[in-house]
Amino acid sequence: MDTDRFTRVDATTWRIEPRGAMRVPAIIYADEELISGMDDKVYEQAANVATLPGIVQASYAMPDAHWGYGFPIGGVAAFDPDQGGVVSAGGVGFDISCGVRTMLTGLKITDVLSVQPSLADSLFRQIPAGVGSKGAITLDAVDMDAMLTGGAVWAIERGLGEARDLERIEESGRMGGAQSECVSERAKERQRREMGTLGSSNHYLEVQGVAEIYDAKVADAFGFSNDDVVVTIHCGSRGLGHQIGTEFLKEMVLAAKSSCIELVDRELACAPINSEVGQRYLGAMRAAINCALANREILGHIARRIFRHFFPERSLRLLFDVSHNTCKVELHAVDGKPRQLFVHRKGATRAFGPGHESLPAALRSVGQPVLIGGSMGTGSYVLVGEASAESKAFASACHGAGRALSRHAALRQWSGRKVVDELAGRGILIKSPSLRGVAEEAPGAYKDVGAVVAAAERAGLARRVARLRPLICIKG
Amino acid sequence: MGVMRWEHFPHEADIGVRGFGNTVAEAFEQAALALTAAVTHAEVRPLEPIEVSCATPDLELLFVDWLNTIIYEMAVRNMLFGRFVVAVEENRLHATLWGEPVDVARHTPACEPKGATYTALRVAQEADGSWSAGCVVDV
Repeated sequence: MDTDRFTRVDATTWRIEPRGAMRVPAIIYADEELISGMDDKVYEQAANVATLPGIVQASYAMPDAHWGYGFPIGGVAAFDPDQGGVVSAGGVGFDISCGVRTMLTGLKITDVLSVQPSLADSLFRQIPAGVGSKGAITLDAVDMDAMLTGGAVWAIERGLGEARDLERIEESGRMGGAQSECVSERAKERQRREMGTLGSSNHYLEVQGVAEIYDAKVADAFGFSNDDVVVTIHCGSRGLGHQIGTEFLKEMVLAAKSSCIELVDRELACAPINSEVGQRYLGAMRAAINCALANREILGHIARRIFRHFFPERSLRLLFDVSHNTCKVELHAVDGKPRQLFVHRKGATRAFGPGHESLPAALRSVGQPVLIGGSMGTGSYVLVGEASAESKAFASACHGAGRALSRHAALRQWSGRKVVDELAGRGILIKSPSLRGVAEEAPGAYKDVGAVVAAAERAGLARRVARLRPLICIKG
Repeated sequence: MGVMRWEHFPHEADIGVRGFGNTVAEAFEQAALALTAAVTHAEVRPLEPIEVSCATPDLELLFVDWLNTIIYEMAVRNMLFGRFVVAVEENRLHATLWGEPVDVARHTPACEPKGATYTALRVAQEADGSWSAGCVVDV
């Protein structure tokens, strides 16, 4: 888009001055090349979010921002309940608590290369991925409610995870305030056989090697060094979250009028935090967060089982588990005063800097791991939260590369077979039930993740620690 | 008929589905075929009928509800649908979906629709009297 439409604050801060119904400015963090490449819709959507009641400070977009639904993907916005602030089902999205976890294996790349094809086959056979796959677990009504309030803690109690993981999962693995009675029977039905499934589209399980270290001290605190192997899982709350998103989006669209909320885009569907619908959504959304936390814990458990088979003397340790589609209640300093805000992150990662009280002792002095998923070919990044992100965007950073091309365009440009073969030539094994799905997710369809994280670092949102290169990718 | 009367249109992250028809019901049927085509290009055999209904305050909301109803039935029944018969009266819809269980080897599903959105949502009668119905689906 045309950079003349912004006030350029500095090299990576682009400001849309309030106009029309905007209550606050909108701020996009990106370098000149990234912002020039962004769709005009990002501008429009970031500005639209700024019109919502009770928004605090500004509507933000991260360097990987792209055209989303109501909110841009890569959008961050905080609302104050005491100033008529809203909670938005559109601002969280369909895949509630979609997120990333990275597990340390203690292995070196050479260890994995010796078993790479059979490890890939084994992961692909045992990790349910894509449409038509079902998990090994079926939940009855009692288990469903326990899962929705227990999150990863529930999974661990069921023997599907390890207790030491909990301090490395946001909210210690269990989101408080979840209310399973706010979740419809239809949403629960959609989840009954979905626990421990990866899903589809851009969700994946990857075995990755540490290819480059930018900050050896932090890498050491995180527990990895060059050539180490990690396992990264990207997925969310599956059918349950999708159904909750669908139902509340509709309910909030219909309720907006009675709450006197003017929606410039129906997808901005929201309700006052202090309203019956708002509270019910929060109860259901938090239950979906628990579903995602439980799901990633179970997938991690399956990965552990497979790795134990190949490497009996090693065990997988969780580095961190972080969600990027959420609304969380957090304390933030606004004009020097601490305020309790409802922070929406839609395709944006929470990024707490050093000293944050929610971080476990081992990470507190360095900051929170910020896990950035890339595309199949280009690799991923581990970043660390910076204190400066607090004042920049309520302690938030980017979440991935962001698409550069639509699925439609990707399909015209690449064949799945060719993508698989090309990546195999570079030592990356792709396993997917659908070659068309692989083509739609071709590495070339994504922005340069390296440019995105470099911009996030320059903007003071998070700092690079390591680049990871894929060795095996299981795609739904 | 015989001419493809649906299309996919691009969205930066996901996929747009749009159906065309002489009636609003036909446009809804065609858009449903576009939804299935987002998942698979393989034939979906009409082996089993499923009855569904929706009701909303306006036609555009009805369209989103219609697609979300199909997405729900796909998910809980683990099925794909290849034939749709829709009746629309006022802002109420009744339909029969015909389909079969997902066969991963044959259908090789490319993606899983999460939900139909209000983005690029438009249900309208064109100047020539025909109808179109479309929106972006999050996959």
